[in-house]
Amino acid sequence: MRILVVGGGMGGTIFANNLARRIHQEMKAGKARITMLSASDQHVYQPGWLYVAMGRATPDELVREQASLLEPGIEFHVDPVEEFHLAENHVKTKSGKVHEYDVMVISTGSRPTPENIPGLKENSVNCYTAENAVQFFHQLADFKGGRIVVAVGLPHKCPMIPLEVTFAMHDFIKDKGLLDKTEFYYTYPIGRVHSLENVAKWAAPEFDRMGIKYETLFNMKEVDGKNAAVLSEEGGTVKYDLLVAVPPHKGQEVIEKNKLGENGWIPTNRNSLHMEGEYGKNVLVLGDTTNIPISKAGSTTHFEAEVAAENIAAVIKIGRPVREYDGKVFCFIEAGKDRATYAMFNYTTPPQPKAPTGAVHAFKMAYNQLYWASARGLL
Amino acid sequence: MSTERVVDARGSFCPGPLMELIANMKMMAVGDTLELLSTDAGSAADVPEWVKKVGHEMVGTEQDAEGTWHIHVRKAK
Ligand SMILES: Cc1cc2nc3c(=O)[nH]c(=O)nc-3n(C[C@H](O)[C@H](O)[C@H](O)COP(=O)(O)OP(=O)(O)OC[C@H]3O[C@@H](n4cnc5c(N)ncnc54)[C@H](O)[C@@H]3O)c2cc1C
Repeated sequence: MRILVVGGGMGGTIFANNLARRIHQEMKAGKARITMLSASDQHVYQPGWLYVAMGRATPDELVREQASLLEPGIEFHVDPVEEFHLAENHVKTKSGKVHEYDVMVISTGSRPTPENIPGLKENSVNCYTAENAVQFFHQLADFKGGRIVVAVGLPHKCPMIPLEVTFAMHDFIKDKGLLDKTEFYYTYPIGRVHSLENVAKWAAPEFDRMGIKYETLFNMKEVDGKNAAVLSEEGGTVKYDLLVAVPPHKGQEVIEKNKLGENGWIPTNRNSLHMEGEYGKNVLVLGDTTNIPISKAGSTTHFEAEVAAENIAAVIKIGRPVREYDGKVFCFIEAGKDRATYAMFNYTTPPQPKAPTGAVHAFKMAYNQLYWASARGLL
Repeated sequence: MSTERVVDARGSFCPGPLMELIANMKMMAVGDTLELLSTDAGSAADVPEWVKKVGHEMVGTEQDAEGTWHIHVRKAK
């Protein structure tokens, strides 16, 4: 069986390594082959960009050579896919090569698109690329006081960032002794401060205690850079001195161009993880690029990748898949002052977050290093 | 011609039905309608609240025998 993995990020890497371990005998015997195509020779631990924005890490610390993370036997090419020919079971890459497959797994991720809200890109900072995170840190380090506004676009990657970035900046400003000169103003698209009701119930009193103001039902319509104001779809106007954005996201352009999904989100079965439609039988989709209505997060991607690897291995060995994805997500929530909590939920059970503790923060810091073992499929 | 899009947000705690709806409305043309499927009782209240605030149009809401809410919204601007 020829297994083609498109994307060398979290989903593609965890999937390929997990599968390679399960089928190494079949790979050795030449009965199965795993090929990975990616757009980069680097693997980035994106959650680290939040720490870069706060001056607690530099971008180089978050990067490893992709080839060094892969199990022996996985064929790896830095040669992004440009054309998907689903009816013919092959893809064509930038270099012009054609790769045929029996099963294809797509995990090409998502990208921030601040340019989709007029004025946002030019007038805000964010932590959604290494470059932007560094720029964010410069602006924060030079900040002398005033109003910091957090504004959230939809859809976005990592649902905890709006809260985490607010708590982290509060710490930063407090440590600089600027708290009495700074006003924090948090906005959120729906009628509470977080999508998860129990997280919102915990976070709102935390904001009150810290003196962080908030406005809900606030969806950015445009940013008026001249007057330093964000205008909302709901008719609100909020003035800022520093605008921190959680930009709206899209899937990759190549997905849109090949008409695999509107805005780059591929219609995907929420349990089997197969692409919907005529050609979905031998195509699976993982991570940010699915249109499944759950958090675009590394943990989502990780749990999906494990299910997919187990199922493909089972198909090779016993002729049919063995598991369904149950919507499991586990998100740490950095709550400031070296404390953290977490939210774990699936399609049927909402999270019950506990009060933040130092121990959970310590575990998150350890996980930031353990991630490399996780990507290798060891955790 | 207007088209109807179905957004299946059953079992979605995060981002949840309302955020799924808001994200989908951005991809629609004025006049298009959307059917939101939700298993969250809160959607029957918070979707109309948002739709009214922004100036879109509620077409109708019903709950089926399995308890799923079907909420129909038209993009008005
Ligand atoms: C600031 C920040 C903080 C975050 N914090 C957390 C957190 O605390 N917890 C959590 O769970 N998640 C977090 N996330 C989210 C997490 O990083 C993503 O959800 C996860 O990386 C998604 O994995 P993926 O495989 O879908 O995409 P990615 O990891 O983005 O990988 C996509 C891969 O596809 C490749 N690619 C792109 N185009 C092509 C092409 N045409 N052909 C072949 N390959 C291609 C890219 O080179 C890349 O290797 C955070 C993200 C950010 C930005």
